Amino acid sequence: MTRRTLTLKSKRFREERQEVWKEMESLLQRIESRSSRSLTDEEIINLPRLYRATLSSLSVARATSLDQSVVSYLESLSTRAYYIIYGNQDRLRDRIYKFFARDWPLAIQGAWKDIGASCFIFTLGILIGFVLVSGNPDWFYSFVSEDMASGRTPAASEESLRDTIYGYDKAQGGLGAFAAFLFSNNSGVSILAFALGFAFALPTVALLLYNGLSIGAFIAVFTEKDLGFEIGGWLAIHGTTELFAIALAGAGGILIGRAVAFPGEMTRMESMRSKAEQAAIILGGVIIMMFVAGLLEGFGRQLIQNDWLRYGIGGAMLVFWLTYFFLPRKAWDQ
Amino acid sequence: MSQSGHLSPDQIRQGRRHLITPEGVDLQIQLADVGARIGAFAIDLIIMMLALWAIIFTLSSLSLYDRELANTIYALLAFILRSFYFTLFEMSRRAATPGKMLLKIRVAARGKARLSAASVFARNALREIGFFLPIGTFGGIGLGGINGWIYLFASLWVGIFLIFPLLNKDRLRVGDLVAGTWVVRAPRPMLAADLIITDRPETEAIFAKFTFTPAQIDTYGIKELHVLEDVLRARDPDVLKDVASRIRTKIDWTWEEGENDVSFLQAYYAALRGRLESKMLMGVRRKDKFDKR
Repeated sequence: MTRRTLTLKSKRFREERQEVWKEMESLLQRIESRSSRSLTDEEIINLPRLYRATLSSLSVARATSLDQSVVSYLESLSTRAYYIIYGNQDRLRDRIYKFFARDWPLAIQGAWKDIGASCFIFTLGILIGFVLVSGNPDWFYSFVSEDMASGRTPAASEESLRDTIYGYDKAQGGLGAFAAFLFSNNSGVSILAFALGFAFALPTVALLLYNGLSIGAFIAVFTEKDLGFEIGGWLAIHGTTELFAIALAGAGGILIGRAVAFPGEMTRMESMRSKAEQAAIILGGVIIMMFVAGLLEGFGRQLIQNDWLRYGIGGAMLVFWLTYFFLPRKAWDQ
Repeated sequence: MSQSGHLSPDQIRQGRRHLITPEGVDLQIQLADVGARIGAFAIDLIIMMLALWAIIFTLSSLSLYDRELANTIYALLAFILRSFYFTLFEMSRRAATPGKMLLKIRVAARGKARLSAASVFARNALREIGFFLPIGTFGGIGLGGINGWIYLFASLWVGIFLIFPLLNKDRLRVGDLVAGTWVVRAPRPMLAADLIITDRPETEAIFAKFTFTPAQIDTYGIKELHVLEDVLRARDPDVLKDVASRIRTKIDWTWEEGENDVSFLQAYYAALRGRLESKMLMGVRRKDKFDKR
């Protein structure tokens, strides 16, 4: 009997090419499983060659083969390879270095107007809170929620207030727990201040003002009992980092809000997209600053009881951040 | 169904999108289903909770003399986990958290841009208002009184962010919208064996008795061929029997003694695919049985 069925072209095509596909697949497997490390020399040479071969197989298969499994296999293989070839190839280490050396400070420098506005609003909030509560202690309760105050109200005695500044009272749950609460509260506030920015920055401004008010109210309570200098030290040691970080997060929100509100020639969408990356870098930095502030708060403040030293550390941190951010740096593409 | 050329409105609605490489090939990606994304997120939340429990367990077993210190360490670690879990995983080559990997989806930049670390960061920072904030305000409704009402109105407003992916055609979260990303399917299918075995010398005798006339082969188009392919790959005996008898009726096939359903379908598949593929070489894609070309 003679052979009746001629071997199909699509089948011959598959038989001839499938070795290359398998090679591509195992290479992709190797690259993907090593997550962020860089490619070896052999992979760098093989990857584009196999990618082009796979891509051309896909084109041929789409035009000549009706085997669904081959076409969908090649589609997913090509897409995986595409994402690797045209994705970011930097090592994680290099990316982190670039973030600290360039991306972060440059993003901050580029947003100095927003940072100015944000700091102004925040400070304004603190001042208003301070003045209002100094004039009439009842205002305190409108600005500060009960679990945030945890006993430190205008009604508290000087002694107990002093206790919260130095050392801690185990029976009360102490300052560490409060610090941890403040910490998660403040990082939540900064993320929200950023995330709500796209609504024309209005929620961001409100959030900054409100937070300023409650901080001002706290300071007023302590100043009333002649602990103004001491609370300054308590706040300064981590506050220069933490409050600055909140202001920066607000600046990120304002940056995006401004882009949405005044898009210029672009559509609002495009305008927002164009600033989103910069704002995200600022926020990434804020998270790091929050972490540093958390360390200063959790450990530094417990161990250091001297007011001058507290002021000194706080001031030094502020100088450090400002120098780091605003020291002139070469622009990107050099 | 994968055909080059333009996507039909129907395919667009089903989430298929063009992705044209610099080499000029349209890869045609598929957006992830909202269900898969919810599932992936749930898995990630569970993993994060387990991690937090592990931290608590380790800290308490260390029997630190100072509870303050333990609290502080816990707060810092929880903070790192919440801030960087999604970001670090999505910055990796597979651009997917464990939950996303399990459900075979990944993050990608919309259009041709690279997926930058900053956009991954932005899309995850906006998770706060896309998820945690609405959940928080929903919880507040239960307070009752004036606060309950305030929370109710707040929930109506921020609830929009929660259901945002259902409200736009690209299934974008607020974070995706701002960061310029979207979530796509990343299947990793195996290359299944070719169904045509009728041309192997050792099996040829078995298939020799199936000779189809051109009219019999021309009964069906590409759509039916693909259904037949699925049926043959699934290998469900009932379905095979049913499909075989329907094709026999349709093409007026005279049943012979001892004829095997699977062999019949394999032979018909080979004949039909050969016919349709040679038409394709002539530039004719016969869509389905109603397409008389």
